[in-house]
Amino acid sequence: MRVVEAINQALHELLERDPMIVVLGEDILDPYGGAFKATKGLAERFPEQVKTTPISEAGIVGVATGLAIRGRPAIVEIMFGDFLCLAMDQLLNHASKLAWVYNDQITVPLIVRTPMGGRRGYGATHSQSLEKHFCGMPGLTVLAVHAYGDPGDVLRAAYAMASPVLVIENKTMYGRGVADVNELPRVERPDIGIIAYGGMVEPAVAAANRLRDEEELDVEVLPLTQISPFPKQRVQELGERTQRVLAVEEGTEGWGFASECARALVNAKVSFDGLAAPAHPIPSSRPWELAILPDADAIFDAALRLYEAD
Amino acid sequence: MRWRLVSVIDEATLRSDLPLPARFYWQMAVIRELEDTLLRLFQENQLFGTTHTSIGQEANAVALMNAIDRERDTVWSNHRCHGHFIAYCGQVVPLLAEILGRTGGVCGGRGGSQHLCYARFHSSGIQGGLVPLGVGTALADRDAGAISVVMLGDGTMGEGVVYEGLNLASLWSLPVLFVVEDNGIAQTTPKALGVSGSIRARAEPFGIRTFGAAETDVFCLHELANEAVDYVRNEQKPAWLHLESIRLGPHSKGDDTRSESELSALRARDPLTVVADQVGDSEGLLGEARGFVAEALSKAQGMSIACA
Repeated sequence: MRVVEAINQALHELLERDPMIVVLGEDILDPYGGAFKATKGLAERFPEQVKTTPISEAGIVGVATGLAIRGRPAIVEIMFGDFLCLAMDQLLNHASKLAWVYNDQITVPLIVRTPMGGRRGYGATHSQSLEKHFCGMPGLTVLAVHAYGDPGDVLRAAYAMASPVLVIENKTMYGRGVADVNELPRVERPDIGIIAYGGMVEPAVAAANRLRDEEELDVEVLPLTQISPFPKQRVQELGERTQRVLAVEEGTEGWGFASECARALVNAKVSFDGLAAPAHPIPSSRPWELAILPDADAIFDAALRLYEAD
Repeated sequence: MRWRLVSVIDEATLRSDLPLPARFYWQMAVIRELEDTLLRLFQENQLFGTTHTSIGQEANAVALMNAIDRERDTVWSNHRCHGHFIAYCGQVVPLLAEILGRTGGVCGGRGGSQHLCYARFHSSGIQGGLVPLGVGTALADRDAGAISVVMLGDGTMGEGVVYEGLNLASLWSLPVLFVVEDNGIAQTTPKALGVSGSIRARAEPFGIRTFGAAETDVFCLHELANEAVDYVRNEQKPAWLHLESIRLGPHSKGDDTRSESELSALRARDPLTVVADQVGDSEGLLGEARGFVAEALSKAQGMSIACA
């Protein structure tokens, strides 16, 4: 099954199970079914539960929050992750905060799904990985779909949380098949640990396989689904197992995932490095875009450098 | 909701026993007295943080909250929310306790002056940010015959999300009453420097019916509020209610840059004086309100301070 089909199937299942759920987003009606087809078939099957919206990201997330407060769990699709910035105030000042500020007199069962990531030639405003700006926000859980698990399970977990959850999907992943968690490299005594999430898990696995084949290095890849609140302990355990940790992210370097991994490991006896895209807008030229985004080769090189530096 | 209320309103505080004119005057008097008390407490360094008083706007709050169905309808208020809150539910001690950061506050001391929640009343300090939430609650509760009321000001006309909310409410034909308390000044910026065109005419191009008033007479405003609320509920459509109001106090604690002559012209429209001769013993009610708020304050001050 392809990733987008797994997401679509989970949405169908959730709407069938809970008739109170409302799905909102731009261009999500059939036959179009959303820009990436994740909502295909929903509007025809559940016309009362699916609302196509104007281009108003703040408005949509706010409406969804209002619905959620009144016992209608809401699932919002933001067409491109880049557009999530337009809803930043809604997430930061309202959805994520109100339950606590109002002394838990309300609950906010809200899911916002959005695709992030580049390598599709969409240019500077349709290709970014902006999730770091939404991490570390008290009251908001950030989950990222990766290739080695059922993305539907991520959505089901988000629904079960019954609180504001941001689900990051990766647009290059939609068309690819869902891989099995058992396909992750298994190593007894890893020389290096690579920690990644979302769209960087697959290149991390490719790099790990090459390091095994070409350099005889045993590399463990730890794919994270929950990135905020940050799973500090899992990173620390990886550090204990491997002594060398490489954190990989597709977003721009600094104030991000690798920085947070480094913070988790600051007191550990671990060699650490981070790999990210440079602090640079994403170019629309294909070779230029591919040149600045970290890929399997860049991960291979960074991991080898980390190993050889010891 | 974690809790269910037998009744949303504190009948004793809102004085449901009084005839309507005296009752409305009493509610305005309690709001005025509470706001004056807060400013005094700030001057005496007894209050932490900030506050935004609704002195001069009491009639809007009383007219509107007495026009809605408090058990069903939802109110989304703003930074200047104390008057709306008192007229909605009359929970004066929990409000004072909240502003004083006490555990017995309406949000356990977590929210403070600008972030109130009680039953179906909510407020926030972000201008216009709650507008789409009001559209959402209107959608959720439409089939129960409930409406949502969203309180805005002239300063909020600068926020884009307001217009996203107007578009959505009209597009989906949702029962939302957008109320603009146009007091002519946003913090220190006069309307002429912040708002282009007409506030009254702003919702019309969205296909939203407009109601408006220039009075500060609570009885006239109540009639108008009833008309607007009935329209929204019966037609299942949004409406825009533009109230040309006055702010007699500072924006927050002491930041009023207006001249004394400007303020004294506004005082001629003080909602507590314009109807004083229609309510019988207005002085008596003001005096009672003073005692009532003082007693509420001492109860709130007796509560323990909220802390982690």
